[in-house]
Amino acid sequence: MNYIPVGLTHFLVLSAVLLVLGIFTMLTRRNAIAVLMGIELILNAANINFVAFTRYGAINLGGQAIALFVIVMAACEAAVALAIVLNLFKRQGSINVRQADQLRD
Amino acid sequence: MDQLILLSLVALGLPLLVFLLVIFNQRALADRAHLIALPAMAFSSALACYVAWIKVRTPGLLAIEWSADWIRFGNVPGLGPLVIRHSILLDNMTAILLVVVTGVSLLVHVFSIGYMRKDTRYARYFAFLGLFTFAMLGVVLAGNLFQLYMFWELVGFSSYSLIAHWYERHGPQYASKKAFIVNRIGDAFFFIGILLLFSEFRTFEFREIFGYIEQGLPLSFSMLGLAPETTLTIAGLLIFCGAVAKSAQFPLHVWLPDAMEGPTPVSALIHAATMVAAGVYLMARLFPILTGNAMLIVALTGAFTSVLAATIAITQRDIKRVLAYSTVSQLGLMIMSIGSGAVAAGFFHLVTHAVFKACLFLGAGSVIHAMHRALHDLHDHETDAQDIHNMGGLFRRMPVTGWTYLVATLAITGLPLTAGFLSKDEILAGSMAYGGLQQGIALAIPWIGLAVTLLTALYMWRQVFLVFFGNPARPAVQEKIRESPYVMTVPLVALAVFCVWFWFGRNPLSAEHGWFLSKWVKTPASVVPPQTAPPFRPAGYVPPPQEFASQPFGAAITPPQEGAHVWELPPMPHQVALERARVANTGMAEGAALGSALAGFLFAFVLFVWRPSWSASLRRAFRPFYNASQRGWYLDAIYDFIVVDTVMLTARVTAWFDRRILDGFVNLAARATVLLAHITGWFDKYVIDGIVTLTGATVQFLGLMARSVQTGRVQTYLAWVVAAVVVALVVLRFALFHS
Repeated sequence: MNYIPVGLTHFLVLSAVLLVLGIFTMLTRRNAIAVLMGIELILNAANINFVAFTRYGAINLGGQAIALFVIVMAACEAAVALAIVLNLFKRQGSINVRQADQLRD
Repeated sequence: MDQLILLSLVALGLPLLVFLLVIFNQRALADRAHLIALPAMAFSSALACYVAWIKVRTPGLLAIEWSADWIRFGNVPGLGPLVIRHSILLDNMTAILLVVVTGVSLLVHVFSIGYMRKDTRYARYFAFLGLFTFAMLGVVLAGNLFQLYMFWELVGFSSYSLIAHWYERHGPQYASKKAFIVNRIGDAFFFIGILLLFSEFRTFEFREIFGYIEQGLPLSFSMLGLAPETTLTIAGLLIFCGAVAKSAQFPLHVWLPDAMEGPTPVSALIHAATMVAAGVYLMARLFPILTGNAMLIVALTGAFTSVLAATIAITQRDIKRVLAYSTVSQLGLMIMSIGSGAVAAGFFHLVTHAVFKACLFLGAGSVIHAMHRALHDLHDHETDAQDIHNMGGLFRRMPVTGWTYLVATLAITGLPLTAGFLSKDEILAGSMAYGGLQQGIALAIPWIGLAVTLLTALYMWRQVFLVFFGNPARPAVQEKIRESPYVMTVPLVALAVFCVWFWFGRNPLSAEHGWFLSKWVKTPASVVPPQTAPPFRPAGYVPPPQEFASQPFGAAITPPQEGAHVWELPPMPHQVALERARVANTGMAEGAALGSALAGFLFAFVLFVWRPSWSASLRRAFRPFYNASQRGWYLDAIYDFIVVDTVMLTARVTAWFDRRILDGFVNLAARATVLLAHITGWFDKYVIDGIVTLTGATVQFLGLMARSVQTGRVQTYLAWVVAAVVVALVVLRFALFHS
């Protein structure tokens, strides 16, 4: 049984795929919650990069630390964002982000 | 200032005051205008009588002069010092005319109260009578040519206004315009003559002009390079042109018969007694500068006019037109007399004519007034009230008018015991003397004078017989005729009284030693250089040595001094000769004049009383002549053809040119402008506005483009961010690592 040794490139490719999926989700989904999920994907793609660079790179545990910070920040961000979504729902009766275009005016 | 001058100025000013008072209060005065005009005229007339009385009774008082600077032009370049002066010249001629003008004017005022009663423009009428009297007195009193010319024009203007008194009708309109225009023609030449004298002598004053010429003609006195003598003749004739127009001499006499469209008292005052005499007065005043040739032309013009008008007068039907042509004829006699050197006789006739012709005109006015009234009572609006063939037998109905008319007729035809007899004899004696001495064509002048005397008697008696005697042409009308009111008959009587000889001398058969000719008026001495005077000299005349005969040409002439001078010169040799011949001829002239006057009376009596059928057969036999005479020898038609039609044709051609060519250009320009406006409008609309719209559209388009970015959707913004990041990365990739 041959194992393909897992290297930095695999992580980076995974991270890039996650990032693109995240961006795609964030830009195309109409549901505000789904958009938030896309953002989570982007953040976690970054986390994977940080962690992978800790294992293979020269930044020691810095990557691990930043990943933790990102997780905490993501939690905060989720809390704030969900509050916004709640208010959005109160305001327009739905959480469709296509309808939330009052910024244009 | 002399007292007489002052008084005559007051007499001059009063009528002007009347004019100003009345013309601006026409509405308020209305039918009471004569309450102002009459007393003023009476006062003016009284002043004139006083002035004249003092003047003519003071021997040695030849001329009183007064002058005051009016306009000082200072030192005019090319002319030297130029001052125009007011001057008054009061000699016996002026003084007598003052009385005649104010006197006739006063009587006409009185007459007009009756004649113009109920007229719609009663006040305007009296206002213009005042203006006329003022102007006429101004002409008489003027001491220089400039002032005389001003009043001369004012006289013409007031005459024009009075002829056009009934300006609603076509006749007076036409007649007034004709009178004015014909007078303008003469006055234009008159003015040229004045300027010709002024250009040499730099003065308008009579005294100075006479004084300069008396000292000899300077070489520079020349028009168009002609000799000074010829220029003097021309100057005299140019001034005579003014008299030709104003005194209705051939060929400018045509306005006077038409002027009869005015009210009859106006005809009496202006077109018989005074204004038309202004030309005669002018010639008498300027007689000293008339050269021999000028005198001959003046005399011939007068003679021709008088016989021409007399032949027209014998066939006229309108009572006023007969008198009008008679006036032209008599004025011709006066002009003839002045031309033949008998100035005093011409002036004498002016005065007597003013009286009897005013009387005749007022008498005619009285007849017309009565005819109008009668026709009005009969409700007859067809019959011509002025046609003498509609009258007849009026003598019994209107005794006062009839008698006064008869007296004036005796005077104008020149029968003894009347003033007209005296003056006409003097004229004939003068013309006989002149004809005999001058010889040549001048020989015809006395014969013309006699023919005119005969014709005058013929047409005047014809009129008297047809109007006052014989069978009434319309008995119904004649039954209704009544004598005019006192206000009209009193002036008639007053004028008739002045028609008798007594006022001019004691002897009824000769004026020679009467006070008028022996004391009051003398022929002024001529001042022309001897070589230009008429060529005859008294018997035994020895010419003075050459150096005294005339000043050498080019010698410096000195301005004539104030005081005794040109008015007191001795008569020139030819005048002496003329005077002697005239005295010698007086008896013959009287006989001949009386003979022809009686012959005329007999003709008239035969043709219109004894054998009226003969006049009808005469008329048939000479039908073409009769028609030509009745139409004034077709002179009006000829003038209409030559002058009026030419002017109208020119007017039509120029009007056509104006309408077609000039207006065409204007219209073309207008069209071109409109076209240009359309083009620029199109350009404006599509090009200029297009650019503006394009700018706007561009901005709008750019705005739309820019706005499309601003969707308001977070996702779009995020997409831009992502795209920007990608771009930034690409740029960084190539810019930072591969350069």
